[in-house]
Amino acid sequence: MAMLDVRNIGISFGGLKAVDDFSVAIEKGQLYGLIGPNGAGKTTVFNLLTGVYKPDNGSIQLDGRNLTGKSTIEINKAGIARTFQNIRLFKELSVLDNVKAGLHNYYSYSAVTGILRLPKYHKVEREMNERAMELLKVFDLDKEWDYKASNLPYGKQRKLEIARALATDPKLLLLDEPAAGMNPNETAELMDTIRFVRDEFDMTILLIEHDMKLVSGICEKLTVLNFGQVLTQGETSEVLNDKRVITAYLGE
Amino acid sequence: MSFLSYLINGISLGSIYAIIALGYTMVYGIARMLNFAHGDIIMVGGFVIFTVVSTLSLPPALGILAAVVLCTILGVVIERVAYKPLRGASSLAVLITAIGVSYLLQNVALLIFGSNARQFTSVVNVPGLKLADGALTISGVTMVTIVTCIVIMAALTQFINRTKVGQAMLAVSEDKGAATLMGIDVNRTIAITFAIGSALAAVAGALLCSTYPSLTPYTGSMPGIKAFVAAVFGGIGSIPGAFIGGVLLGVIENLSKAYISSQLSDAIVFSVLIVVLLVRPTGILGKKIMEKV
Amino acid sequence: MKSKNKILVQNSITYGLVILCWILAEVLIRTGNMSSLMKGLLVPLCIYVILAVSLNLTVGILGELSLGHAGFMCVGAFSGAFFTKVMETVIPSVGLRFFLALLIGAAVAGIFGILIGIPVLRLKGDYLAIVTLAFGEIIKNLINVMYVGKDSTGFHFSTKDTLSLGLDESGVVLIKGAQGITGTPKAATFTIGVLLVLLTLFIVLNLINSRTGRAIMSIRDNRIAAESIGINITKYKLMAFAISAALAGVAGVLYAHNLSSLAATPKSFGYNMSIMILVFVVLGGLGNIRGSIIAAVVLTMLPELLRGLNDYRMLIYAVVLIVMMIFNSSPKAIEMRAVFMEKLRKNRKSTTKEAA
Repeated sequence: MAMLDVRNIGISFGGLKAVDDFSVAIEKGQLYGLIGPNGAGKTTVFNLLTGVYKPDNGSIQLDGRNLTGKSTIEINKAGIARTFQNIRLFKELSVLDNVKAGLHNYYSYSAVTGILRLPKYHKVEREMNERAMELLKVFDLDKEWDYKASNLPYGKQRKLEIARALATDPKLLLLDEPAAGMNPNETAELMDTIRFVRDEFDMTILLIEHDMKLVSGICEKLTVLNFGQVLTQGETSEVLNDKRVITAYLGE
Repeated sequence: MSFLSYLINGISLGSIYAIIALGYTMVYGIARMLNFAHGDIIMVGGFVIFTVVSTLSLPPALGILAAVVLCTILGVVIERVAYKPLRGASSLAVLITAIGVSYLLQNVALLIFGSNARQFTSVVNVPGLKLADGALTISGVTMVTIVTCIVIMAALTQFINRTKVGQAMLAVSEDKGAATLMGIDVNRTIAITFAIGSALAAVAGALLCSTYPSLTPYTGSMPGIKAFVAAVFGGIGSIPGAFIGGVLLGVIENLSKAYISSQLSDAIVFSVLIVVLLVRPTGILGKKIMEKV
Repeated sequence: MKSKNKILVQNSITYGLVILCWILAEVLIRTGNMSSLMKGLLVPLCIYVILAVSLNLTVGILGELSLGHAGFMCVGAFSGAFFTKVMETVIPSVGLRFFLALLIGAAVAGIFGILIGIPVLRLKGDYLAIVTLAFGEIIKNLINVMYVGKDSTGFHFSTKDTLSLGLDESGVVLIKGAQGITGTPKAATFTIGVLLVLLTLFIVLNLINSRTGRAIMSIRDNRIAAESIGINITKYKLMAFAISAALAGVAGVLYAHNLSSLAATPKSFGYNMSIMILVFVVLGGLGNIRGSIIAAVVLTMLPELLRGLNDYRMLIYAVVLIVMMIFNSSPKAIEMRAVFMEKLRKNRKSTTKEAA
């Protein structure tokens, strides 16, 4: 059975069907791409998967567990983490604290323990720091650990967002246009990082991307979305050569 | 009959709140700022009329005219000096500055007029109306207040829908950047908004002090807050909302004073506000805002 | 880790500053160099500092605008003073009663924080501001019509007047409507005030630099992202709001025990008080705890130091406030400052180069 099993989900906003009858099955360890022209409803799919919107119909299952209609927090705890198209970092916090915020549910102590600085506070904080630094090292951000997040260059901010998402120890990682605004060198580097994350963390990844070089370079399977509906899905090379896909992108 | 009389007085009080709330709502809609000093403009208007009518013994009409002119200038000057430099700053910074302006106006008035309450002579010389064999009396001020409010509402709606400046105000409140691209002078539009709001505050001052004739440097403070509540109540940024909010607030306040407790009327007014906001988080006529993810 | 040390140093400076002020004030008192006017200001200063630091938790750290802080102070003041009055015969030690009153004031204000926070914290920005203002006014209003008495048969409540309490001969009126509570022992001292300031700092600073604080600040910086990493928004918003309210309650109890009579007047507990505290927080810098302390002290002393100017002092205060806000926050002023600093740096660089 697929790791993520989405069946026939849909949502409308004021009569407009933003996503209609969307289904996808993603296997564990897969690198899966979600593509389609602007306004096709890709980010809406992410919002449905993460509980930002509740689907009007259909079901979402992760590892056999029903997540349909659950809150964002429950879904994150169940193992789905994401990044955002328009970067959403904790701007005033340090790079390290951004990742430590991601570790929030993984390492725990009470507010009273924190205020009274009980021994557990020091022990857990030490563990959190170690784990966070490990993650930062993966993304080559360890030297900037005490920078304010908003002071990082754009490309690094995107990476930090991925590190923060990984900190929640997810089974499935959703990346919303990770290469947006990057130059070809940065994109190539990002492709290596994504592959590395998949292998190193044994991660399943679903990503939205417009950069076809990245998509064809790392995605094993693709789903194409057009006007809120699935146009086609399958192996990357097949999908990208599909006439309908080319038409959807370029027009008649 | 007494109920009817309380109701009418409530509508009259509410009309004053509505006129003040219009200023709040317009400024908020366009500059996205809570102008805490707005209430104090009312007080300035009151003192201008007091000086012209009681000290200089000139006719009340002249007093009102002077108040409107001076308050309009004052509003524009305040905007230019204190708020304009802060355009683009955090809304909290603007809020604190507005509070500073409020303190400033109050203390200038305190220096000139002292803290003792001044007896304000009503500027309305319309005889009251006796209905139902004298069982129901409606005072002249009450009638004038309600009529003035309706006239102002109608005129303002026409102004915004029919004139170029009014359309520019709508455009600026929707999207400052796009308005600039369309060739609208945003700074000028904001200045005009402050001018109109302050002129209305002067009118509200005349009506408020004619209804409650004691005038101190703090006279505008509480009505200002109440009008602010009325604006939020009706949906801040919405002109019909300010009207509905103001009148509702006045009626609730007067009826609870009459039937429940005069000491608790403020608490009741504020409780209703909270209930309304919890049911409709952006007020009765407010737009629903959704955050894009 | 380095950042940990940095925080430790920063916090130590903050604690040190408070202790230094305490020593300085004590020396001035002991050597008879402090005017009675200043002496009277010492406890209020501690009260304002506690209020400013605790409000900064809501406004600066949680990022929600509250205009009802004085309401929580009011709740704390009345519940604390009420306890002290009721227990007059049961616990003869004034000090012990005061200590317990502090706990009770904090607890009651904290509970109010939760009760008000649950419905209200769903609102955002300016709407939250107006609703908190409304709550502050409601609390003040309700206390003003509250009459509580006690006689041999127990407690009596009324919202009318003392007569309708229906007390027998042994009865005492504890809360007298708009006149409030009279005859609370004047147990607050400057030293106790400073200890409470240090306690407040301990709680707030340690909270900020902990898992909880990170969660609270992540909500402030980006609510949607915080939710996406599994942070319970409601829980942490409420926690920050309740702790902030409880500390305001402590300030209230201190206030109540610094006066012999306590009344919920607009001046002491109205929205103007809330606004004044907000001014401390904003001028001190959002999220900057030390800044809040300094702003509270300076802005409380300023009108007193200007007392010679008599009628003009509040005027000057208002002008200072406006000018400081424009200087601090105006985009143009910020840009000008940046240019100026850049020039300064360049000059320094060139001079050091020449020296080398």
